[in-house]
Amino acid sequence: MNLFEELGRFSNLLYKTLRSSTEVKTYSGNLLLEMIKTGYDSLPIILLTGVFTGSVMTIQTAYQLTTSLIPKSTIGAIVTQSTVIELAAVISSLVLAGRVGARIATELGTMRVSEQIDALESMGFNSVTYLVMPRLVAGIVMFPILYVFALTSGILGGVSSGALLGTLAPAEFMTGAQQYFFGSDVVFGLTKSLVFGFIITSIACYKGYYATGGAEGVGKATTQATVLSCIYILFADLILASILL
Amino acid sequence: MIEIRNLKKSFGSHLIWENVNLDVNDGETLAVIGKSGSGKSVLLKHLNALLTPDEGYIRIDGQNIFEQDYVNLRKLRQRFGVLFQGAALFDSISAFENVAFPLRYFKDIEEDEIQERAKRSLEMVDLKSIGDKSPAELSGGMRKRVGLARAIVTEPDYLLYDEPTSGLDPLTSDEINDLINYMADSLEITSVVVTHDIHSVLKVAEKVAYIDDQEISWSGTIDELQHATQKNLREFIKASEYLIS
Repeated sequence: MNLFEELGRFSNLLYKTLRSSTEVKTYSGNLLLEMIKTGYDSLPIILLTGVFTGSVMTIQTAYQLTTSLIPKSTIGAIVTQSTVIELAAVISSLVLAGRVGARIATELGTMRVSEQIDALESMGFNSVTYLVMPRLVAGIVMFPILYVFALTSGILGGVSSGALLGTLAPAEFMTGAQQYFFGSDVVFGLTKSLVFGFIITSIACYKGYYATGGAEGVGKATTQATVLSCIYILFADLILASILL
Repeated sequence: MIEIRNLKKSFGSHLIWENVNLDVNDGETLAVIGKSGSGKSVLLKHLNALLTPDEGYIRIDGQNIFEQDYVNLRKLRQRFGVLFQGAALFDSISAFENVAFPLRYFKDIEEDEIQERAKRSLEMVDLKSIGDKSPAELSGGMRKRVGLARAIVTEPDYLLYDEPTSGLDPLTSDEINDLINYMADSLEITSVVVTHDIHSVLKVAEKVAYIDDQEISWSGTIDELQHATQKNLREFIKASEYLIS
């Protein structure tokens, strides 16, 4: 299948998903479950990623700012703004491409090769509405929420590591953080995470839904979903930064 | 009544079969036999339009199934029950919920009646005490029975069986054959059974179609099968080590 055929099939799946948005009864049951799986179940890895990213960022920024001419609160400003604009959204999404994207592609791929999707269609179900719609909506809704957790844990990680290593006091960190904390940057971060959520879940649904070839095919679909999601996240990051900043 | 006319199917450049013409009258059981890879399951998946042909059509009670829009097609599909080769049970829900599943979405009935009808279907396949077991906890034979209970719970007009006895021991196979007969006799369901199990064919079918060399090379009644002279068909029957009296 060439690139254009692949794009056509992907667009068709999205169109079918959009068209089925009125069949609330079919997907509402799965929606809450998917939101829990995508959001709540991903919280530990997101908090861990946030804390470590913020900590490392603080240590590295302190290492680079060797001159005493620049106030230490600048470290807080740099770490916070980097986390708000870039790190919380991008790094957490790259992690979630593995955590959420791989899960979705594997689930749908297994359902496809074990004829469970055929069984749904045979019963008269719209399998796209039942399977793709709730996963896509859960991704779009939960990724911005996870971004807020990644952002908060990142800043807390930065504050903690600065204090524990004696690099800068929490009050100094927060002074810098507040100085360069803009609401518009948070909106930018939320927008990015929403787009990344769409990219990850739509690619994973697509790859899983059309998986073929048994266990090997499911493995291939999962790998492709994860790798492609990471690539498109990086491209989307570049495009959004060019447009919105 | 199912009317299959001039059906042709290929995957890419690989021709599966062509010029397929068959009739299945109301209340009749047709067995489609043939070697592995001859396209029996592909033919079965055309009957409820899970696959579409390159040429030809199928009429279900006069309606060409391939000319329906998706809404009508889904209604038409609700008239079919399908037992898939691996049962295709949804592994995220219990066996009982698998049976109740189509009722929850397609029948506007109270919970009490859903429970009652699901229990009745399970009783029909001799699985009264299935409880809350998950599909993974069931044996192959039990999975097929649950699949059959799910297929009949909506009281369909047509039942499609894809290799109903494959992978089962002779005793369990016989039990499944008895169930197929019970469905046909007591519920007067029109059935199409895809199999390469000649013993099963002789037990459940009234008519037989043999796919060989990319076409229906022989079709007739079960009595005619016993006296068929076609070389490949005779060899196929002999190879199954079943002696025809």
